[in-house]
Amino acid sequence: MYNTLKHKMLLSMKKYMLDLILKENKILSDQYNLLILTSKEKIPEIFPGQFAEVRVDGSPTTFLRRPISIHYVDYELNELWLLIQIKGDGTKRLATMTAGERLNILFPLGNSFNEPMNKEARILLVGGGCGVAPLLYLGANLKKNGFHVNFLLGARTKDDLIELCEYERFGNVFTTTEDGSHGEQGFVTQHSVLNNSNFDYFYTCGPTPMMKAVARHALKTKANCEVSLENTMACGIGACLCCVTDTTEGHVCVCTEGPVFNITKLKWQI
Amino acid sequence: MANLNINIGKLQLKNPVMTASGTFGYGSEYSDFLDLSRIGGIIVKGTTIRARQGNPYPRMAETSSGMLNAVGLQNKGVDYFISNIYPTVKDIDTNIIVNVSGSTVEEYVETAEKLNSLENIPAIELNISCPNVKEGGMAFGTNCLSAAQVVRAVRRAYKKELIVKLSPNVTDISEIALAVEGEGADSVSLINTLLGMAIDSEKRKPVLSTITGGLSGPAVKPIALRMVWEVARAVKIPVIGLGGIMTASDAIEFMLAGASAIQIGTANFIDPTVTIKVIDGINDYLDRHHYLSVNDIIGALEEI
Repeated sequence: MYNTLKHKMLLSMKKYMLDLILKENKILSDQYNLLILTSKEKIPEIFPGQFAEVRVDGSPTTFLRRPISIHYVDYELNELWLLIQIKGDGTKRLATMTAGERLNILFPLGNSFNEPMNKEARILLVGGGCGVAPLLYLGANLKKNGFHVNFLLGARTKDDLIELCEYERFGNVFTTTEDGSHGEQGFVTQHSVLNNSNFDYFYTCGPTPMMKAVARHALKTKANCEVSLENTMACGIGACLCCVTDTTEGHVCVCTEGPVFNITKLKWQI
Repeated sequence: MANLNINIGKLQLKNPVMTASGTFGYGSEYSDFLDLSRIGGIIVKGTTIRARQGNPYPRMAETSSGMLNAVGLQNKGVDYFISNIYPTVKDIDTNIIVNVSGSTVEEYVETAEKLNSLENIPAIELNISCPNVKEGGMAFGTNCLSAAQVVRAVRRAYKKELIVKLSPNVTDISEIALAVEGEGADSVSLINTLLGMAIDSEKRKPVLSTITGGLSGPAVKPIALRMVWEVARAVKIPVIGLGGIMTASDAIEFMLAGASAIQIGTANFIDPTVTIKVIDGINDYLDRHHYLSVNDIIGALEEI
C-alpha cells in the first residue's frame, strides 16, 4: 500500500547538515563496525528506512558522501547508530574513527517503510549482509506501535550475524547461514519459517538477488512487500538524478522517492 | 565589505556565484541548507521540448577527485517546467536561468521561444555540450558550423540574455567561442563535463550504462581554468567559468583568468552550503587585497 500523504510529509521533512560526535566505535567483526554518534543538539525525528549522507574526511580517494542507513536512534540517550560494512577506502576510514571525532552528515534523507494498517498483521523483516541495518530501527518502531515482529537474518557465516541480541529486544529472530554455522543452512528464502507460517507483510533489505527472492515469495503468497534499495548516489537529495531506479512511474530517484519501494511499483523481473 | 555586484550583459547578479545546471535541481532541493536568495544565480536542470527519461542506471561513477555522470537530460519537458516548476521558483530573489537542450535546431528554438515569455527567467543557457545524449547536445558544440547554426536560430527566437555553454571535448575551444559570439551569444559558460569512462575490473564491464560519461569535480579544474583563460582572451563577450570549483580560492582563480562570474556544480554534492562559503570567501579575499569591487579581479592575472 503506497501512502501518498505520508510520502509528501517525508519529502517536506526538514533536512539537516550536522557535525555529529562519535561516542563509540564498536568493532563487531572484521567486516562490521557500529558507529554510535551523538550531538549537542537534539537528534531530529527520523523514520525507519531513512538514511544519512556521510562525508568521509581523511580518505583522499573518497570524493563523494556515502549513503548509509540509519541503524537505530535512541532519543533518550540522543544517539544515532550507523552500521558500517567495510567495503572500500571510505568505509575503511569510517571504521578507524575514534571517540570524540566528528562526522559531518546530511539527514534524515529519503522515505520510510510503511506500517501495516492492521495491528494483527503477521510481519517478517528479512535482512541479508549489511542490509540488516535499517531493519533494527524498523523492528523497534513496529514493536513500539504494537505490532508483533519477526526477523529473518541471513549471512555467510555466524561471524557475520552481528548484534543478534539487539534484534531480540524487538521480536523473534530466525537466522540462516550459508555454511550452517548458525541457524538453518542455506539462504533466507529457504528458511522453514517461510513455509510453515503465512506472513501478510514483508520488509526486506540486502543483496538484490535476495530481495528479489523475497519479493517472489511475497507475490506468490499474496503478501505485501517493501524493499529498501541501495543505488550509488551523489547528492542524496534529488538534485543530481544519478541514483534512479525504473518504476511504473518512470525513472525516479532512490534518494527521494525511495529508498523504500513497494515491489508493485518496481519494474523488477520476478 | 567589497561590492560583489556583477553584470553579465543585461543580467545583473548580486554576486558572481551561480550554481551549475544539473547539480542544484530547481533550487528547492537545497533550501533546507541555505538561503537561496544569497546566490547570484541558479541555473536549473537541462530542459528539453519533450519529457526525457534519461539513461538507464548506473548513471554515476566516483573517480579520483571527481565523478562521471551519464544522466542524459532526464526532465519533464519545458511545458511541465512552465506550468509546475516556474510558479514555485519565480519569486526566489535571485536569477533563475534555464539550461536548454535539444536533439535538433528546431527543438532548441521551440524551447527557447516558450521560455522567452516567462517574466522572471532573465536568461537561458544553451547547452550545446551535453556528452550524454545520442543526438544533439554535444554534437552541436564540437563543430563551429553546427554551433553557429543553432545559436543563430535561437538568437532570432530568444530576446533576453543568451548564454551558450561550451564543450571542452574539442581541439580548440576558442574557435567555438568565437563562432557563437559571431552569431549573437551574449556570453559563454565553460566548461561542460569532459568525456570519460570507468571500468569495473572485477566484472570486466563498463561501470556506466552508457559506457562513457561526463567527468566533473576538482579533477577537471586545471583544464577548465586553462580553457577559460584561452576563451577570455579570444572573445569580447563575458565568460562564465566552471569546472571543479570547490572553494573561494578556486572561484577567484577563474575570475583572475578572465571569468566575469563562476558556477559551482559537483561541489554542491559534497557540501550543500558551498555556494555561501564561496561568496563569503570572495568577499574576504577582496577585503584582504583592498579591492573595492569584484569587477577589479576579472582578468587581473599578472605576468609571470
